[in-house]
Amino acid sequence: MSQQTQAPRDRGAHSDLIPSKPRVGDKVFTGLSTGSGIAILVILAAVAAFLLLRAFPALTASADDIAARGYTSNLPIEGFWGWVLPLAFGTIWAAIGALALAVPVSIGIALFISHYAPRRLAATLGYIIDLLAAVPSVVFGLWGFFVLAPALGPLHQWLTTYMGWFPLFSGQASGTGRTIFTASIVLAVMILPIITSLCREVFLQTPKLHEEASLALGATRWEMITMAVFPFARAGIVSAIMLGLGRALGETMAVAMILSGQNRISFEVLTAQNPNTIAANIALSFPEAYDLKINQLIASGLVLFIITLAVNMFARWIVSRRAAFSGAN
Amino acid sequence: MSTATLTPKRSSAPDSSSLTAGQLPGWTTWVVGLASLAVGFLAAWLLTSSFSIGLGVALAAVVFLVAMHIASLTVEGGRRAADRLAKHIVIGMFLLALLPLISVTVTAVGNGISRLDPGFFGNSMRNVVGAGGGAAHAIWGTLIITGIAMLISVPIGLLTAVYLAEYGQGKPLARSITFFVDVMTGIPSIVAGLFAYALFGVLFGIGTVNGFAGAVALSVLMIPVVVRSTEELLRIVPNELREASYALGVPKWKTIMRIVIPTAISGIVAGVILALARIIGETAPLMIAAGFTQSLNTNPGSGAMMTLPVFVYDQYARPGIPREPYWDRAWAGALTLILIVMLLNLVGRLIAKRFAPKTGR
Repeated sequence: MSQQTQAPRDRGAHSDLIPSKPRVGDKVFTGLSTGSGIAILVILAAVAAFLLLRAFPALTASADDIAARGYTSNLPIEGFWGWVLPLAFGTIWAAIGALALAVPVSIGIALFISHYAPRRLAATLGYIIDLLAAVPSVVFGLWGFFVLAPALGPLHQWLTTYMGWFPLFSGQASGTGRTIFTASIVLAVMILPIITSLCREVFLQTPKLHEEASLALGATRWEMITMAVFPFARAGIVSAIMLGLGRALGETMAVAMILSGQNRISFEVLTAQNPNTIAANIALSFPEAYDLKINQLIASGLVLFIITLAVNMFARWIVSRRAAFSGAN
Repeated sequence: MSTATLTPKRSSAPDSSSLTAGQLPGWTTWVVGLASLAVGFLAAWLLTSSFSIGLGVALAAVVFLVAMHIASLTVEGGRRAADRLAKHIVIGMFLLALLPLISVTVTAVGNGISRLDPGFFGNSMRNVVGAGGGAAHAIWGTLIITGIAMLISVPIGLLTAVYLAEYGQGKPLARSITFFVDVMTGIPSIVAGLFAYALFGVLFGIGTVNGFAGAVALSVLMIPVVVRSTEELLRIVPNELREASYALGVPKWKTIMRIVIPTAISGIVAGVILALARIIGETAPLMIAAGFTQSLNTNPGSGAMMTLPVFVYDQYARPGIPREPYWDRAWAGALTLILIVMLLNLVGRLIAKRFAPKTGR
């Protein structure tokens, strides 16, 4: 609407010029592009609406109905929420483990590419890390199942034997290595390129003058990084972490193939009794599911959708807040 | 030159030259590195009484970090030592990230190359038990489904990007679209699959699983990627070009079609190819929306349609007896998938680099 009211005013200012003809092409093109913009909003709304529609029977089903289908957990809560809460816990737990492993490594790699590597090599090294993002998740799943899990078996034994006093490492070590620990490592590898590339961008945007001023005052390179680069990049790092978290929460196939999970809440990361994640559970159960089970799985997908939506919105909010401030350069 | 008179007081080595005083000589890193490798492998051998590369390198890395830190601390002082430690850790992180990449590539090539024969590309899995068979049905399915997904998402993504870059600047609608496109980038792929399943269930009866549903699921994942990359490219088309066109009396839509988009076309194509590379490896949404089948189905409108990632998962998850032929096929499929994605990435990046629009800067 605002466009239509603006256009005549523009023309009014130049009324002594030749009046421009109303152009059909312009109208059609404006309509098309605006329409497809709105279509995206409609698609997103449709995603939520259709999930809700199909999830509704499960959300309203009685606790007995759900228990009759063999979906139980070690929680005292009955019905749908008692079933979905352990899954939501497993999703968040695996993602947090992945973040704990990936964030230090990603920041290190981003620093290496932006501030340590020879300038000429930096782009190539960045591309090599991006290659990790190109590996499909099903391939990571195969790799985790056939290579990583067996290789980590001895580490599981060692950690439970000698570090068992630490609550996370307590319990009986899993013999297969298909634990939440291994799944978190694979998730960490998968979110590494995302966090790295975002951090790298932010580190490269640090005002050169700040860096040079700090070096000129006699700071070592590390002091320059902690005093000039990190404070500048803090918001960017946080949003990169949140985006990585969003990706880790929704990752499906790798977890489904590596983790041998059950529907339970457990903080021990090395035992054979692991919590499952929402996405992996859907992928594993969906092909065999029927009527109410499908609704229930879709409802758990809705829960996942809401969790990732919240995380992503928070990340974008941080970015947009920072964008307003970045008038510094 | 005042430093020359100052350094002898601070330096512990009186005979060294003034510029390098109080620093570790350049060869220290190499000597300590080799020594800690030896120590690490020896310790690993003593601990496990077998030769283990992983443990040896891990122990060597720890020994190296500690030894270098102590050496630097005693000769160079705390600040330099911290700097050195940070440098070593940062380089170590990079090398650590290369490990999974190398390991994945080596295992995929090592396990997949044996079944990467003409039969793999020529046969489907129809009536195949045990060895033999191939992924022809899955490759066709992947081509058809990603093709349809591209046909859906490229027009929508392109036009939305045009709206954002050319029409919407500063409007609340444009701002909300930008925000929700960003949010859409974070939709878990399996949720996109569930959406397509639910949508087709409502439209065509519950349990409808076909190629179109898979394509819709992939489009939900592809559209935001196309919008983001295209919008960025349209924004770097220099304004002088647009103004010159307007000055000649060319209407806005023609300016966009004839001037703005052609200037950025190579980048747009590259962006689409990179988006394709992202969705072609998606497994979970296709598993739910397009289903499983063992035979060739080229009609996206009816019946389940196999795709390459789902094929890999299916061969891995539901092997017959013996399992080896199934797992060999899974690895061959994985290798094919990696090769396709890497090729798409490479082509996309080459196009973007070679034909990048001249920004006038």
